[in-house]
Amino acid sequence: MLNKLTITQAHQGLKKKEFSSVELTEAVLNRIRERNQDIGAYLTITEESALKQAIKIDKKIANNEEISVLAGIPMAVKDIILVDGIKCTAGSKILENYIAPYDATVIKRLKKQGAVIIGKTNLDEFAMGASGENSGFYPTKNPHDLERVPGGSSSGSAAAVADNLCIYALGSDTGGSIRQPASLCGVVGLKPTYGRVSRYGLIAFASSLDQIGPITKTVEDVQIVFDAIKGKDEKDSTSFFGHSERSEESNRSFANVQDDIVKNLKIGVPKEYFIKGLDPEVEKTIKQAIDKYKEMGAQVMEVSLPNSEYALACYYIIQPAEASANLARYDGIKYGLSEKGQDLLKGYLKTRKQGFGNEVQRRIMIGTYVLSAGYYDAYYLKAQKVRTLIKQDFDNVFKKVDVLMGPASPTPAFKLGEKAADPISMYLADIYTVSANLAGIPAISIPCGKTGNLPIGLQIIGNQFDDEKILQVAKLYAP
Amino acid sequence: MITKKQVSHVAKLARLGLTKSEKEKFTEELSDILDFVNKLNEVKADKIKPTAQATGLENIMREDKGRAKSKQETDKLLELAPETEKGYVKVKAIL
Repeated sequence: MLNKLTITQAHQGLKKKEFSSVELTEAVLNRIRERNQDIGAYLTITEESALKQAIKIDKKIANNEEISVLAGIPMAVKDIILVDGIKCTAGSKILENYIAPYDATVIKRLKKQGAVIIGKTNLDEFAMGASGENSGFYPTKNPHDLERVPGGSSSGSAAAVADNLCIYALGSDTGGSIRQPASLCGVVGLKPTYGRVSRYGLIAFASSLDQIGPITKTVEDVQIVFDAIKGKDEKDSTSFFGHSERSEESNRSFANVQDDIVKNLKIGVPKEYFIKGLDPEVEKTIKQAIDKYKEMGAQVMEVSLPNSEYALACYYIIQPAEASANLARYDGIKYGLSEKGQDLLKGYLKTRKQGFGNEVQRRIMIGTYVLSAGYYDAYYLKAQKVRTLIKQDFDNVFKKVDVLMGPASPTPAFKLGEKAADPISMYLADIYTVSANLAGIPAISIPCGKTGNLPIGLQIIGNQFDDEKILQVAKLYAP
Repeated sequence: MITKKQVSHVAKLARLGLTKSEKEKFTEELSDILDFVNKLNEVKADKIKPTAQATGLENIMREDKGRAKSKQETDKLLELAPETEKGYVKVKAIL
């Protein structure tokens, strides 16, 4: 069962020649053949190019060349990140036949490491959703219970990692789209600080919030992938180097002094994150996880983020506003679906109506409305001001504590169809995750228990640029 | 609250060719969503500065220099366009 390995285990096995990259890749492909029909995790499988790459790495190993830790290891890419020459749909009919003309920066970096790209994973259309049900093609199912959703929008990536249909995956997170599905599928998902990872080649959704990050089986693996993809990129003007890349002292040396970290660790538990709507089983499990840190010697204190209750409303103005502008590019002229009309305008109207699904149209409408003359100040500008207050809450609280802990999702995985008819109930699934995107701060979800057979994720949130710190704190719980 | 007339206007601005029944559906749904986000009315924020970019970067510049694309690159892009003629993307007349 080679497909069950972690990155670290697979790398060791390859290096020691216990198995080849081709064998590892075949194991993953076999599992996909067996399971993808039921899970719906992949939209495209790139078997041929994956095996070609695996053969290349095997030759290097046979020649006793040094290989990087990600070389020869099969991975999956959310189908909103461009891989040169491979279809990239963003889960939308409007891009059903779009072939990516170049590599995203993260893909370029992974290819340089020798990664084996096994396929493109399913998602809510244009990453808009919290269940995977908004995919323009078919919904993804939760591997722990096929009647339930895997979360979204990185639904295929999280389900693929959970079901061993890859060794690790990339996702994107605009309001929780890495952390919430990671929580519901029982895997690790990191949303880095805004700007730590280049978005060049990520199909734009809400540009002041979007961030690419890894979904993996362990925290150790998440760090490996993050290290491979992070760093400034001249093609994304919002990207920059973190502390660890700028200074000589790498934060990673902390691994040797874990006892000291935990004794000096101050954990804040925001009281606003334990409110009505939080499933009692989730609450119990999260509190038990936090208690484990206490037992290890960390200091735990209740803190307050007073503007938390406004985060979701703030997010559901800013995010559709930015989306409506970003999605204006789908005009049926440059690429993608093109419906003919008698004139230019009729062509636009028909193309966009045909190509976009319900949720995408809904968000374009909301976004256009809140940006339109007469409503801009009342909605968009107001939301940007509230965003400042939300950011200030975090600035204040991180003067007192190192990290924050709470749930990543208010409930475990819900049933397919349960929230599909009511957009607002679906939006509430993002309640614990959107704040990190609004404030640009890093956050990770790690599995911390189950209710029945359904996983629960502990969210650890850090201050801006403290990505390495939250990874270390996460490793204390689940190395 | 949003009226059906406003929905028609917004749909036109957004270039979405909605049917009559879709406009009705959106009038209801958008009203619910606006009710939900109207929660921000509770917040006093007149003197607060708006945030557009959370990490505080400003005016990141690069040299204003073009780069000629290779034929291979332009071919890939033209291949994606629904209609082309002599190496140009074909568009309906705008006048």
